[in-house]
Amino acid sequence: MLKTFRIGGIHPPENKLSAGKKITPLAPPEQVIIPLSQHIGAPAAAVVKKGDPVRVGSLVGKANGFVSANIHSSVSGKVSKIDDALDASGYRRPAIFIDVEGDEWEESIDRTETFVREKAVTAEQIIQRITEAGIVGLGGATFPTQVKLTPPPGSKAEILIINAAECEPYLTADHTLMLEKGEEVLTGTSLLMKAIHVTKAVIGIENNKKDAISHLQRLAANYKGIEVMALKTQYPQGGEKQLIDSIIRRQVKSGALPISVGAVVQNVGTAFAVYEAVMKNKPLIERIVTVTGKAVTNASNFRVRIGTPIQKLIDAAGGLPEGTGKIIGGGPMMGKALISTDVPVAKGSSGVLILSEEEARRKPMMDCIRCAKCVNVCPMGINPTTLMTATEFTNWELAEKNHITDCIECGSCTYTCPANRPLLDYIRLGKGKVMGIIRSRKA
Amino acid sequence: MNLYVSPSPHIHSGDSISKNMYGVLIALIPAFLVSLYFFGLGALVVTLVSVASCLLFEFLIQKFLMKKEPTLWDGSAILTGVLLAFNLPSNLPVWIIVIGALVAIGIGKMSFGGLGNNIFNPALVGRIFLLISFPAQMTTWPVPEVMSMNYTDVETGATILTLIKDGTGAELPSYVQMLTGDRAGSLGEVGAIALVLGLLFMLWRKIITWHIPVSILATVAAFTGIMYAVDPTQYANPLVHLLSGGLLLGAIFMATDYVTSPLSKAGMIVYGIGIGLLTSVIRLWGSYPEGMSFAIFIMNAFTPLINSYIKPKHFGGN
Repeated sequence: MLKTFRIGGIHPPENKLSAGKKITPLAPPEQVIIPLSQHIGAPAAAVVKKGDPVRVGSLVGKANGFVSANIHSSVSGKVSKIDDALDASGYRRPAIFIDVEGDEWEESIDRTETFVREKAVTAEQIIQRITEAGIVGLGGATFPTQVKLTPPPGSKAEILIINAAECEPYLTADHTLMLEKGEEVLTGTSLLMKAIHVTKAVIGIENNKKDAISHLQRLAANYKGIEVMALKTQYPQGGEKQLIDSIIRRQVKSGALPISVGAVVQNVGTAFAVYEAVMKNKPLIERIVTVTGKAVTNASNFRVRIGTPIQKLIDAAGGLPEGTGKIIGGGPMMGKALISTDVPVAKGSSGVLILSEEEARRKPMMDCIRCAKCVNVCPMGINPTTLMTATEFTNWELAEKNHITDCIECGSCTYTCPANRPLLDYIRLGKGKVMGIIRSRKA
Repeated sequence: MNLYVSPSPHIHSGDSISKNMYGVLIALIPAFLVSLYFFGLGALVVTLVSVASCLLFEFLIQKFLMKKEPTLWDGSAILTGVLLAFNLPSNLPVWIIVIGALVAIGIGKMSFGGLGNNIFNPALVGRIFLLISFPAQMTTWPVPEVMSMNYTDVETGATILTLIKDGTGAELPSYVQMLTGDRAGSLGEVGAIALVLGLLFMLWRKIITWHIPVSILATVAAFTGIMYAVDPTQYANPLVHLLSGGLLLGAIFMATDYVTSPLSKAGMIVYGIGIGLLTSVIRLWGSYPEGMSFAIFIMNAFTPLINSYIKPKHFGGN
């Protein structure tokens, strides 16, 4: 029996159209748009101004506080302006526009393909390099990595969990990375283990990536304390709390952090970025992005410079198909619908999914028939239909009592509902409201 | 370029209300075939009349009283019609069936606002109304006659539970007869094997979960088993109870009605145990030989209470 989480879950069609496609590097575009807010927390502060020359890897935005992250230029050229730009959130926020000239890299970066297995570094040096390199959680949550590696006083990490579930349908960026950069991923994992002083790590991979599982298992024999574990293909396997439950059979309590059960969770892409930052001195300036969709001519996994407009990625995958109805930044379950193809790739961009008009349209909503299917699939064990009703009737007390703030917004309820009820739309609304009420009560 | 922009999730399972309703109807096919075999023309007429009148009343009420687009083909009215028919004797006159359908759809379903908003299982409302209003016609059961071409003019006899309640010591049908459906009773309740096939189909298609039917059947088996162990001369053995009356039809198809059963798994089990206990008590000590309808009806009323006290198992256990 494959391990999995104990409550709820669904299994949507996997549609991993780009599985097995090699990582294809995309050339830098003519201009990149590098948002100053690519992470959870305070936006970085720009340290360049219009007209400044930059090289690949030059610091252009400095972390502004503890929960923030550095931003580096992904290209060489000249800063053309600092202005608001539309990003994946749908808002216009400050970004650095850089006109590309050539491809000059900072000299400190080791650009060779040579794999570096060992380097004498301390835990503090690792965390410092991660901080300098501007690494954030690459699974999509984009929480600054150094913060997660610095447990609050009194808590102690026992195990590192590498999230390689890639449970979103369509996406294959992590899958491809594991196949092509296995040694680097394992070395990055070892560095993360050292950083948090643990001797054990588990890499959790959904069982629909058997080639990646066997490949990493073979390589992991040479790495001390790293276990590669096959997990049941079940959404949301990559939800942080679900993954911890699957692997170590402990449930993080409501409102608590993973460290409360001794776990630190990092995405597999993050582990790779850590390898590059520490071993190759390379800041986070590019990432792997899956471009996919049933009508896309050439679904691909691209290695892309941060700040590249997604239009460039779509062009490289064969162009925007006829009858496109929706473009999603991320996967179909938790990704964000984009309003324009000018939106740049950011640190958290795992994929670009193109849906047809037909796939994009929602069906009309009907009355709830209380079939309880949403209750059965909810991985947090909360009651979506009751929470939707509570929000509809602005009964915040009922919503709070029914744990609305525990919702991880995985969308399993809306996906499942036979009456096409927009459960998560309402729950999101109610959750925000209830969190506000809780905050004001504490204040 | 016009793009749709909406919050996640961006894909849907494709499940729908009508898929579930028609799924239940498919699960009812084996039991329907059994009723056609043992009760012949009567089973066909009663079912057709019931379904047609449910559709008609649904249409009339939605169109002219509620003034909205009728949702005739979502399958729910057809399902109510079939379930009502399955709870009727196969020789019931047409006019009584029409009254039953009117009460089921009109009072049981539409007076609460239609599908999803009713408190009681509509088919059950119809059946109980008829049982109280027409006790003679509703408890005169045709004796099985293979592929009979008669409708109202048929030989009648007592059901297993009536035989037990009367305590005359008359011989009960054999287990084989109970399993196949060769016994007197409401037209859809007789074939145990056919009903269980329907259950398996619904479990396989994930239309329902096991919690409600299993907890009802286990409770009845345990309760009547204890009484049988106490005094086998006075109480029938639990297997007879499981296979007789409307227990299987009720546990598999009536109590599992989405709208009127609890949301959480633990709640479903409490609800199932409640139905099992009430049915057993009515059967053993009540004045009616059969208690399944009343048991489900009463527990339907408890469903909102169960929902507000028994929550799903919460992640993290607090």
